[in-house]
Amino acid sequence: MTNPIDAAPADDLFIDAADAGFTYDGEHFVFRHLNLTVPRGQFVCLLGGNGSGKSTLAKHINALLTPDEGAVRVFGCDTRDPESTYFIRSNAGLVFQNPDDQIVASLIENDVAFGPENLGIPNPELRERVTPALKEVGLQGFEEHETCALSGGQKQRVAIAGVLAMDPAILVLDEATAMLDPRGRAGLMRVVRDLHAAGMTVVMITHYMEEAACAERVVVLDGGEVRLDGTPHEVLTQARALRALSLEVPFACRLSLELQARGVPVATCITDDALKEELCALRSKQ
Amino acid sequence: MRLAFEAVSYSYAGGDAAKKRGRKKQRERQADWGNAPDALWALRDVSLTVEPGEFLGVAGHTGSGKSTLIQHMNGLVHPTCGRVTADGADLAEKEVASRVRSQVGLVFQYPENQLFANTVYDDVAFGPRNMKLDEAEVDRRVREAMELVGLDLDAIGERSPFDLSGGQQRRVAFAGVLAMEPELLVLDEPVAGLDPLSRADFLALIARFHARGMTVVMVSHSMEDLAALSDRILVLSEGRVFALGTPAQVFADAASLKAVGLGAPAPQAFASSLRDAGFSLPRELYDETSLAVDLAAQLAAGAPNADGTAAGAAEAESAGEAEAAPTGDAPCGAPNADAPTRAGDRRG
Repeated sequence: MTNPIDAAPADDLFIDAADAGFTYDGEHFVFRHLNLTVPRGQFVCLLGGNGSGKSTLAKHINALLTPDEGAVRVFGCDTRDPESTYFIRSNAGLVFQNPDDQIVASLIENDVAFGPENLGIPNPELRERVTPALKEVGLQGFEEHETCALSGGQKQRVAIAGVLAMDPAILVLDEATAMLDPRGRAGLMRVVRDLHAAGMTVVMITHYMEEAACAERVVVLDGGEVRLDGTPHEVLTQARALRALSLEVPFACRLSLELQARGVPVATCITDDALKEELCALRSKQ
Repeated sequence: MRLAFEAVSYSYAGGDAAKKRGRKKQRERQADWGNAPDALWALRDVSLTVEPGEFLGVAGHTGSGKSTLIQHMNGLVHPTCGRVTADGADLAEKEVASRVRSQVGLVFQYPENQLFANTVYDDVAFGPRNMKLDEAEVDRRVREAMELVGLDLDAIGERSPFDLSGGQQRRVAFAGVLAMEPELLVLDEPVAGLDPLSRADFLALIARFHARGMTVVMVSHSMEDLAALSDRILVLSEGRVFALGTPAQVFADAASLKAVGLGAPAPQAFASSLRDAGFSLPRELYDETSLAVDLAAQLAAGAPNADGTAAGAAEAESAGEAEAAPTGDAPCGAPNADAPTRAGDRRG
């Protein structure tokens, strides 16, 4: 069976929120008149303070929530159309913050197989889904380990493998690295970057600016509105705007600004490597 | 209160079984992890003292034993071998543990998950009421605790804690612990899941508790936060004490920290990478401001062409990034850079 998504044109919009509005209580809108599109294959990072509407938006991507105003189209299908729900959900995978909320089975292979099994995939093919998915997240050979004995980072990788086994076209990570230690976070980022390099569309919600710096595009939400939208460099160097939106400024950018304030002619950088290069170049000019 | 760990080892496999076999005998026995490779030892031969009034930071990768360690601090779990004492009294004794439990405030990860009462007031009052204090004293403590965490009791006291925002819920949970007036406050990842602004607010709050004389033990994955606040930092790895010392001592060896899955704080790590590139950065511990000062001094000294390069850099910056201009941002950056500097001064 060919996936209808593979047949779609290459430049199509995978996510298209048009004038979308959503309210939990019928009174206060989490977002309203929201317009945001994400083309196939893009790696976009969503930033915003607590309560900015990021997670609510993420749940619209696989039709867990549907808009009360306007429309959200995923793969060109209206998320409110009950006929499309199944198709959207099986192709847009969501990973949440707390891995303990997402593990359903006691053995790793059973947990990873849970999603595709629910899609009705028969057993021999099921194995062909589980093994590569575990390999993708660096857990090959762990099939028969117990999920309860894993560390937080490993559990989160199992959760991602479970989503990958469903062969999704969009991967949505809602603060999936928030509960991990630095090593777990770096490992997960490597997995996400590899998946994106292999063509996956990635929507990542995070508070960590170093992670945002890895994306192709950064969108900052505040009070349900898109406040900043551009390349990581365009967005993350806007120190004053970020702070006003209760967000952090990446370390390299903060240091660049401190240096500029002290008369050192460096450009505003968003990564340590770029700033190091700048500083070395400056010194060699002396 | 001085809390001391004396050669503490803890095994989840051994804990309950040991209880049945008689704890005393078990505690006196030598730890046998060398002989019992199957037993999972969460803590191995940990000895340290939490000094009265100090701010002890605890770091370690996932599964390194941090949470197990802090559960020992109020007698919630007992060592499989070794002992934990509060001012010399063994926490394994029931009376000691129940006395110490009201002096040690333990704030778990995501403490807002433990809110349960119908009103904010009742939730904060739960601990003091459990201590059998009279209502007038309970009321005084609730008021003081709410004030400490910056919440208006009159405005939200009668509301359900579940109607509050996530940040407010966490403050209520904090207030519930503070209302017990603990001498030692133990915090497990107190700012996890908060946005950067709320994170800074909470850290300032914790620094205030410490300034009031409270002993604080804080577990965190953020080396920046630990470096800025701690008097000493304990690094755990595989249940053992990997390092224990001042932030400068602990973060001096970035390579070995990396080997146990941790990094140095960003300014310290960047300083070390610049040193490798030949910059001379002599300080033991760098924060953002001190790093900028030292770099500026080095790059300004003997740089006759500074004006020319400055113009070049300005041209290189695109017009869209005008708000990132140095002059506009200096006042904005100053208060942010303040906190770590002050913490550094306190350490001397």
